[in-house]
Amino acid sequence: MMRGSSRSKSTQNLDRTVCMTNCPTLIVTVGLPARGKTYISKKLTRYLNWIGVPTREFNVGQYRRECVKIYKSFEFFRPDNEEGLKIRQQCASAALNDVRQYLADEGGQVAVFDATNTTRERRQTITAFAEQNGFKVFFVESVCEDPVVIAENIVQVKLGSPDYMNCNTEEAMEDFKKRIECYENSYETLDEVWDRHLSYIKIIDVGRRYLVNQVQDHIQSRIVYYLMNIHITPRSIYLCRHGESDLNVKGCIGGDSGLSPRGREFAKYLGKFIESQDISDLKVWTSQMKRTIQTAEAVSVPYEQWKALNEIDAGVCEEMMYEEIQQHYPLEFALRDQDKYRYRYPKGESYEDLVQRLEPVIMELERQENVLVICHQAVMRCLLAYFLDKTAEELPYLKCPLHTVLKLTPVAYGCKVESIFLNVDAVNTHRDRPENVNIHRTTEDALQTVPAHL
Amino acid sequence: MYLTQLSCVVVPPSLLKCVYTNDEGLWIRASADCNQAGFRVEVEPQARRFTMHSHQALQVPVSPLQTSRRSSVPQLTNSPTLIVMVGLPARGKTYISKKLTRYLNWIGFPTKVFNLGQYRRDAVQTYKNFEFFRQDNKEAMQIRKACASNALKDICIYFSKENGQVAVFDATNTTRERRVSIVSFAKEKGYKVFFVESICDDPDIIAQNITEVKVSSPDYVNCDKEEALADFLKRIECYKQTYVPLDDEKDRNLSYIKIFDVGSRYLVNRVQDHIQSRIVYYLMNIHVTPRSIYLTRHGESELNLLGRIGGDSGLSPRGHKYAASLGSFLKGQNIKDLKVWTSHMKRTIQTAEHLGVPYEQWKALNEIDAGVCEELTYEEIQEKHPEEFALRDQDKYRYRYPKGESYEDLVHRLEPVIMELERQENVLVVCHQAVMRCLLAYLLDKTSDELPYLKCPLHTVLRLTPVAYGCKMENIFLNVEAVNTHRERPVNVDVTRDPAEALKTIPDHF
Repeated sequence: MMRGSSRSKSTQNLDRTVCMTNCPTLIVTVGLPARGKTYISKKLTRYLNWIGVPTREFNVGQYRRECVKIYKSFEFFRPDNEEGLKIRQQCASAALNDVRQYLADEGGQVAVFDATNTTRERRQTITAFAEQNGFKVFFVESVCEDPVVIAENIVQVKLGSPDYMNCNTEEAMEDFKKRIECYENSYETLDEVWDRHLSYIKIIDVGRRYLVNQVQDHIQSRIVYYLMNIHITPRSIYLCRHGESDLNVKGCIGGDSGLSPRGREFAKYLGKFIESQDISDLKVWTSQMKRTIQTAEAVSVPYEQWKALNEIDAGVCEEMMYEEIQQHYPLEFALRDQDKYRYRYPKGESYEDLVQRLEPVIMELERQENVLVICHQAVMRCLLAYFLDKTAEELPYLKCPLHTVLKLTPVAYGCKVESIFLNVDAVNTHRDRPENVNIHRTTEDALQTVPAHL
Repeated sequence: MYLTQLSCVVVPPSLLKCVYTNDEGLWIRASADCNQAGFRVEVEPQARRFTMHSHQALQVPVSPLQTSRRSSVPQLTNSPTLIVMVGLPARGKTYISKKLTRYLNWIGFPTKVFNLGQYRRDAVQTYKNFEFFRQDNKEAMQIRKACASNALKDICIYFSKENGQVAVFDATNTTRERRVSIVSFAKEKGYKVFFVESICDDPDIIAQNITEVKVSSPDYVNCDKEEALADFLKRIECYKQTYVPLDDEKDRNLSYIKIFDVGSRYLVNRVQDHIQSRIVYYLMNIHVTPRSIYLTRHGESELNLLGRIGGDSGLSPRGHKYAASLGSFLKGQNIKDLKVWTSHMKRTIQTAEHLGVPYEQWKALNEIDAGVCEELTYEEIQEKHPEEFALRDQDKYRYRYPKGESYEDLVHRLEPVIMELERQENVLVVCHQAVMRCLLAYLLDKTSDELPYLKCPLHTVLRLTPVAYGCKMENIFLNVEAVNTHRERPVNVDVTRDPAEALKTIPDHF
């Protein structure tokens, strides 16, 4: 049983703010190779899953690689290669079949069909498939003619692809360029007139311009908003917690205490570290709680406070030690261990609520370039889960120790993470899921994984 | 600086960096030099004196821009933004201008509309006919140019002297020449420019617009409908000849959104920053399909009866009666495809249960969190937290309950609700007093000073229907008695006031 979210039986779909869609949505990418379709697909999928919309991507290239074990050359993609065409069509069908299964049988809400889909004919097939199955369709087309951007894409993600495992850089580059040419002749871009009844967004030149047509519902509107806020300018995001606080030292959760002496030491080191990194135009964000503000003070860069970055509200358990929680609320304590993501403290919040509250922060993080976010354990876990594509199960147990800065740098389709411990000791505040989560467990079992404190 | 709690600060100016207040009290930042000496800071909030030594002090915001509005959202804009409308007459420019301005003000960006038609009406007292707008009417052209100039001057004053952050220049701006001059004006002053162009050729929509807002304009006060319509159409023709829409190629370096056919299609070019991104998102979510929004509070609750604020109690017997009446009322209204929204709190859910239709729960619609004052009566708040009680009366919008929220926080929490309300059609929102005040303020364009005192009595449904440039409101009391929960601002808001003065405006309860 899940407590903490007062649900009523007669309503549907309550943990999200609003029912995003009634019918499932099929997002269809459109564009020549090396236009960022897979980058967009993966990023969008990651975002939608994070905000609670079950989404999966289906990359047709992947299906093709499974079918045609060894990739020889661009000739496979020639428009006059009958055999090649047949295989590619089969792969697309297989992918659509899996899409149907995911959306109709497995509880998926959004499927991203990642392929070139450059001909009107192919898109009509997909639209018919969707109609047949009661799915809404939303096209995402990426149009780009900047040779510099295209070359960069190829270098970042194509050269390392399984297709080019046995080639050197030059050969791979050459071959891929010829591959693109195979598509160019038959490429029919989404047209303002011919396709005026379709729902789509056309992204031109990596986001300089957008054309948005017939947005049908809430989720499409959110997708458009998200796509219009992301960029690919190189930058880094630095995540860290406030310095060790007085309540941390006592083993108490929540509250609004100031930094301990070691915490202040960390803040100083953080300031020095940031200086040494020589970051251009760094933005610093904190919550509105004393401990993050005091930490930011040492960094000597103007900072902005977000109430949304405040630590999870532990309600009736605020400022208690785990031992006290076990003593006063043993049932709640066990229920939390059973489903830490969805569990809501009485008069408090759940991780799920946190994600909701952090969404504008993520949106703004996407818009920004170099940012340092000084926040709290649960908040940092949520942000990290977004960047590293962690599931709701993993999220509440991500390790975010004090006095450690995580530097995240987007690379290829993901994020490189560097963990930098600033050499100032601190208490451990990480409590792993204990083995026994039963509501009748002993106190000893409950407190098994509580970290040491004063 | 936000200093409502203090009447004077005595600090050596050379040592003081910034002063900031929150529910804990006072935060002061001193420069490093005074650390050894340990200076004393004297603060006199009405009758109280604080003394602090420098080493105890902490600072919050650094830049003056950040100290000026301590809100729950960072101030993500620096330079002022000039939004420039573009489009033929009767394309919805003023509708968009007013709506956008209302939204931006509500979310905390001071915004003002500068309508060129208004300037023209002030300059040329009586409107004769469309001939004024003819391209070859030199005298009129002079006047119109002068009006545009004056409007831009006023925009300048709004930004530099009145703390404005966004100005909406509502005019046709249909020629490249006019737009170029606006862009150079803005560049000179350091304002960002964002164009919003509305393109529509559907004659039905245009005729509808003209009927809704033009025919009743001061320009046509002495004409009948037919005359007005005919004249206005000729007016539009005057502009058509020289209309040059924003061009994909020539204007590729400008920041703009082009809205086609009332939102079926959008072209967005070069969004520069956060506020432009929010504007685009907002514009892409609004629509003009006729619909109604119904706002109501939950039925009277057990805690309401006891005069207690907050909490999560169930409905009283009268509250249940109201919910049942609400169900009947809605059935009678015969509303097409009604969506029902509640909060996550028992009292709204129990109310919705009586309606017999599916409903969705939004945590964002939960009542304002009164923190340490949760479930107290006003008498108890006066007894236990007299100073907080007074501070709240001094600035009810920005005041944050210790460990709780402010109305300002509520507005930010409710923004996604408003966005979704814009997208939807017929919706009934079953919520709470403070929440309803925030939503109402948005829909009726109330200021942050008026917002916390809007009257939202129990057992009353407000039906809001967009009409012309605003909202028609019908107030429907469903004839089930309930306690009054509205507390007016008392005359004496001083922290030294007597309990009697503090409790003067409290509504009756058991």
